[in-house]
Amino acid sequence: MTEPKDFTASMDSDSRRTPVRVAFVTRRTSPQVRTRDDRYVMTYPEVLFRAAVASEILLLALALVSLFWNAPLEGLADPMQTPNPAKAPWYFLGLQELLHYFPPVVGGVLIPTLVVLALIVIPYFGINIEAEGFWIRNRDAKVRTLILVVALVAVFLSWFKVWAVLIPTVAIVALTLVGAFPSAHAGAFRRWLHLKPLPFWIMSWFLIVATILTLIGTFFRGAGWALVWPWEVD
Amino acid sequence: MANLVEEFAEFRKSRVWRSVFRAGSGQSNLHRSLAVQQNVFLHLAAVKVRRRALEFGVTWYLGTLSLACFLILTVTGILLMLYYHPSVPQAYADMKDLQFVVSAGVFLRNLHRWSAHAMVLLVFAHLFKVFYRGAYRPPREFNWVIGVILLMITLFLSYTGYLLPWDQLAFWAITVGSNILAAVPLLGAKIRFLILGGHTVNANALLRFYVLHCVILPLIAALFVAVHFWRIRKDGGLYTGEKSDD
Repeated sequence: MTEPKDFTASMDSDSRRTPVRVAFVTRRTSPQVRTRDDRYVMTYPEVLFRAAVASEILLLALALVSLFWNAPLEGLADPMQTPNPAKAPWYFLGLQELLHYFPPVVGGVLIPTLVVLALIVIPYFGINIEAEGFWIRNRDAKVRTLILVVALVAVFLSWFKVWAVLIPTVAIVALTLVGAFPSAHAGAFRRWLHLKPLPFWIMSWFLIVATILTLIGTFFRGAGWALVWPWEVD
Repeated sequence: MANLVEEFAEFRKSRVWRSVFRAGSGQSNLHRSLAVQQNVFLHLAAVKVRRRALEFGVTWYLGTLSLACFLILTVTGILLMLYYHPSVPQAYADMKDLQFVVSAGVFLRNLHRWSAHAMVLLVFAHLFKVFYRGAYRPPREFNWVIGVILLMITLFLSYTGYLLPWDQLAFWAITVGSNILAAVPLLGAKIRFLILGGHTVNANALLRFYVLHCVILPLIAALFVAVHFWRIRKDGGLYTGEKSDD
């Protein structure tokens, strides 16, 4: 469609008259030339096809589950008859478990609000952008600060007897400290721990604690919110 | 069969086809670009993506699967609406009708229920996967915020749907949840009254949850999903850790 340009090949050293020049590259210094850009693929059909296959596999899996397991349906709602225990949907059982330990304004309002705010502001803080290994600088000061913070948190959690949060918290901090002092011949795992940034530790702590609380609320709480075995939960 | 394929290819060149799909058909990258760019739904996405972004390990396809759940839930949800009255105690009778009277009613409700649980799980997983990849970094920070909003909407959608069967499980789960709301300082009781249409879970609450679940929240979700997808393109495609060179 476009007209071929009328180039002429010529030898010249005046860059204003002939701005396009040919570079002679010797074998030893030859630059890497990408002949074909294969790092990109077309959305249609490559991406749409994969998305369709992924969606169909999911639909198939959910359809199979739906054939063999029925959605729960209990008796007609009766405001006069409170089941014991009355449980929220599973994704709120971590919160309900917190309500067991803390007053409602802390467990039901303060903590979830802080969690949502903390999630929202993640990309706006440099510490989450740089993601520098936590132990790379100021190690000794950080060890002292970490132990102090965890001691305070431990006192707070012990005061409310929240062992379900305290134990994983201490375990994760111990794991963090394992990475603090890698010796010259430390294993790969320890060196991996050493290089993990603070956001990684905080998010993993949140993920593990939230999972544990949800599992306890779902499988280990019976009448009167007492601890029971999973097979005793009805 | 080969004949059919050829005829379909011929049909794609016809004026009728091209009047619907503005770009027409073709095998060239230009035609493939136009197929995306000229489609109101697909144009939210870029016409080409990094090959690495398609590798399973990068995303686990969690965003795609969340959207797939949303679509399954929309279709099954609309079908369920045909058999459902948001009134007390008819709502519960409708559940029983789905169970015993409606053809494949049990399957329909099961698929809706399990897809809803799957969506909550997948959206949570999506959030953590994006975090651990560091894909929230600039310039994608606001798309992360939209993602958090979408997580909230997903939870509200699931929660409002939880009441609709009007059985003991539904009633008391919402009672527990709305009591938490009442713990908000100063405004707690008022917020609960606004959401339930009363001081306890009752027929008004059922109607409000129904409207939220079937109209308001899905519309808001669709809006934010659109922005979420559009921002992927605007922010330079899915984060793969590679430096973009264009």
